Amino acid sequence: MSLLKVRDLRVSYRTGVRESPAVRGVDLTLERGQTLGLAGESGSGKSTMALALLRLLPPSAKVTGQVLFQDEDLLTAKWSRLRAVRWSEASVVFQGAMSALNPVRTIGDQLMEPILLHEKVGEKAARRRAAELLENVGVPARRLRSYPHEFSGGQRQRIMIAMALACRPDLIIADEPTTALDVMVQAQILQLLTDLVREQGVAVIMISHDLSVLTQTCDRLAVMYAGRMVEHGPSEQVFADPRHPYTRALAGAFPTIGDPSSRRAPTGLPGDPPSPGSLGAGCSFAPRCPEAVAACRTREVDLWPAGPRRESACLRVLPEFANLADQPVADQPVANQPVKEGGAV
Amino acid sequence: MSATGTTSTVAPDPLGEGGEASERAPRPSSWSTGLPRYLATKILAAVVSFAVTLVIGFVLFNLLPSNPVATMTHGRPTSQAQMTQLRHQLGLDQSLPHRFATFVGNVFTGNLGTSWQFQQSVTSLIAERLWPTVLLMGTATVISVLLGLWLGIRSGWRHGSLFDKLASSVSLGLWSVPTFWLGMILLIMFAVGVGPLSGFLPAGGMVDPGVASGLPYVLNVGKHLILPCLTMVLVIFAQYVAIMRSSIIDELGSPYLLTARAKGLTDDQVRRRHAVPNALLPSVTMIFLQLGGVVSGAITVETVFSWPGLGYLSYQALQVPDLPLLEGTFIVFSASVIIMNLLADVAYRILDPRVRAQ
Amino acid sequence: MTSTATEPVSRPGATPAPPRQHALRRFVRAFAARPSGLVGLGILLVVAGLALCAPLFIGNDQLNVVMVNGPTLAPPSGGYPLGTDQAGRSILLLVIWGARSSLSIGIMATALTMLLGSSVGLLAGHYGGWIGKGLMHLTDWFIALPGLPLAMSLAAVMGQGTASITVAIGVTSWASTARLVRAQTLSVEARPFIERARALGAGNTQVMLRHVLPNVTPLILVSSTLTVASAILSEATLTFLGLGDPTSVSWGSMINSAFSGGAVTAGAWWYLLPPGLAILIVVLGFTLTGRAVEHVLNPRAVNGR
Repeated sequence: MSLLKVRDLRVSYRTGVRESPAVRGVDLTLERGQTLGLAGESGSGKSTMALALLRLLPPSAKVTGQVLFQDEDLLTAKWSRLRAVRWSEASVVFQGAMSALNPVRTIGDQLMEPILLHEKVGEKAARRRAAELLENVGVPARRLRSYPHEFSGGQRQRIMIAMALACRPDLIIADEPTTALDVMVQAQILQLLTDLVREQGVAVIMISHDLSVLTQTCDRLAVMYAGRMVEHGPSEQVFADPRHPYTRALAGAFPTIGDPSSRRAPTGLPGDPPSPGSLGAGCSFAPRCPEAVAACRTREVDLWPAGPRRESACLRVLPEFANLADQPVADQPVANQPVKEGGAV
Repeated sequence: MSATGTTSTVAPDPLGEGGEASERAPRPSSWSTGLPRYLATKILAAVVSFAVTLVIGFVLFNLLPSNPVATMTHGRPTSQAQMTQLRHQLGLDQSLPHRFATFVGNVFTGNLGTSWQFQQSVTSLIAERLWPTVLLMGTATVISVLLGLWLGIRSGWRHGSLFDKLASSVSLGLWSVPTFWLGMILLIMFAVGVGPLSGFLPAGGMVDPGVASGLPYVLNVGKHLILPCLTMVLVIFAQYVAIMRSSIIDELGSPYLLTARAKGLTDDQVRRRHAVPNALLPSVTMIFLQLGGVVSGAITVETVFSWPGLGYLSYQALQVPDLPLLEGTFIVFSASVIIMNLLADVAYRILDPRVRAQ
Repeated sequence: MTSTATEPVSRPGATPAPPRQHALRRFVRAFAARPSGLVGLGILLVVAGLALCAPLFIGNDQLNVVMVNGPTLAPPSGGYPLGTDQAGRSILLLVIWGARSSLSIGIMATALTMLLGSSVGLLAGHYGGWIGKGLMHLTDWFIALPGLPLAMSLAAVMGQGTASITVAIGVTSWASTARLVRAQTLSVEARPFIERARALGAGNTQVMLRHVLPNVTPLILVSSTLTVASAILSEATLTFLGLGDPTSVSWGSMINSAFSGGAVTAGAWWYLLPPGLAILIVVLGFTLTGRAVEHVLNPRAVNGR
């Protein structure tokens, strides 16, 4: 039994009379202890999808599909059952931990809260566990009585990680856990996360716009664009040899530290991601794709095999288009504007 | 005469966004750090405010009135010699700075002059009438705060709902009527009786004459307190509803609420344990600051119900006009509001952990 | 709040009208889309109409206590839909006539408040240093001060009458406007076009009047609508306390007469109800209109009302 099986997940937001789709049919499977990286620009739907798994989206969001967590469909589960699953079996590490922590309560309180809620233990035991969690992430236990604003950004992220591990969940969803941290701190946090989840055999879905970060920490990598998955596969392979033009652009957008060639030739991707209401037929990436052909605008795209345990939603992986080589027929790209980096979905 | 907040007690944002060059050494929490200095600053500000009050009071009551002696002896035949003597007695023939110095000296020694109509020292009059006002204002404020907070939280948490719209409309309506008018309507309805409904509550005063002390006294005062208190509550609770409601709405979009939800807390738990404590903080300050408006309300309500407090006293002073008495009540009202503002700052400082660290 | 109206028009004879007209049309359309605002505006128009036309159907023989001959303190009946007062005057006519006084005092007091508040706010925002700080502290102090004791004292010292009440209201209400205007001035002056204007040699007065003021005006407009509402309430309060003109009829004076003339103890609710309801309706009218205008001009700033 897979830990998580998502089938045809669709999310759309009701704004007034219009419905704008944010996630348009995503399938994914995650086994125990596996780490999956979810990459894409802001607006690609990655955070929306992740929050939808635990039904954490606002009431204006309409969610359809199946989210089978340990063979139980969370989307149709009873509310009380969902609340029991939340945190104790699947927890979340949010980005920008400064505002994700309640500013007027001690971190000790906030760490103990899920423990007291989900596990049948008394306060003393919960406090001991909270102290242990803190030490595991490298924050001294005596800081239990401090408030979030008394910590630096990196420390707060560690606290968020400690909090996420509090009830020994089977799955952690990490939404941009290292955005807004500087590079040195980022590396430390990623290392910490990797070590802890490996120790405890926790499965992770990590969301980021930074492909290189995801490649370091995750086994598998999935790329989303305009609410759909456009490529997935083992992370190193996807990063080294992308089979979708969008992945290629994303991989090129972040310079590899130490590689002089990438510094001198940063590639960017002109244009902006499409607005949810304006998606038409064909591949939604076609307007910005430097390798698009005429068929890209008319043919329905789907995830096709592109190697061992790899799939890509690009026509070019299909045998009939395989030998098109470099024949960009589409319009000239607009004046060079870099791919949108950073920010939340 | 609106009473919006004044002190800039917006919680500062010590959380700098973005990366830092190196991890900052964690600062130990100690909420007594800086507390004495903070207190000193605020007390100094309060003293300055009081000083300004005294200046304004002096200008208002000692410089503006063109001929206080004439007003004082209005209607009573006074000879020129008597007038001159009165002028000398009141110190009106002294120089301006001298008069101001005397004035300030008097205030600090508790000498607020003699009331023209009561022929009694203003200070003693104020002392007599202080307790009834505190009783009325205090009870009304406590009830209004509790009611307003509860309604405000409910309205704000589900803002846009029917409950919210209803509560907001009622609040707006109650704010739009004069307090004293509402009091009089209640008087007619419950004390005098209208149509088939006969009155059953007292029409005025604080206590019936000749009631024994002890429990009967307390009950009797309580009976007299109902209508004036109800009037005040109806008008001021709307302010607290509005304050709390917008506080909660401000918190609604905060990420820590999502974290709380993700932990598996129920909606009520999220609201109670996370949203409300955060929303209460700015509300506490605002509540103290509204007390200025409560003072104004007290004056008219006490008048309508002949409640023997400071408000009624100032109304009586107005009739003559009894300038020393008016001046005395003006200074006392202003001073109490200054003290309330000071308490607001201190309370906020003690309650908000973010501000404590400074 | 557009700044199109204030970009310096360097070419003489250039027509600045079109962008302003367009903005105005957009404003009117947005305003018309809000039902609460329309209700408010409707109320105001009806009341203003009644107040202005009152002399056409209310003459001295209905107002002069010596000349009327209706039953004294009588409940509503056919001839007197709202009953009569102690002198036998029709309450309905008194309420309509009272609108003139209450509205005019409210509007004049608001004008004074706006003038004082805007001037102080503009100066405080424009000039930094001692002047700015001093004015700001003065403003803060006035905001903290309890309004009614100050207004009472001021009006008492100045003597009974309409002028005293108007001045008293002005002196106690200008501070919140000043604060708003100061904040807006600071934000306007941070914009680049002010720097341009200064570089072109604009002096202090010119910057304030020609560039800052037009940008601050919409805010002042909204603020004044809401201020009229509270000014009318203040007028009622001060008149009730006996500080108004004893010969003129206003809603506050009617309530005062009801109070001191024994109407309350006699149970004459018909004397008490109409003036209070009139105040309620008019204050609601101004508040709804003001809030609607505020929503239209600055939808983001208005927090979930």
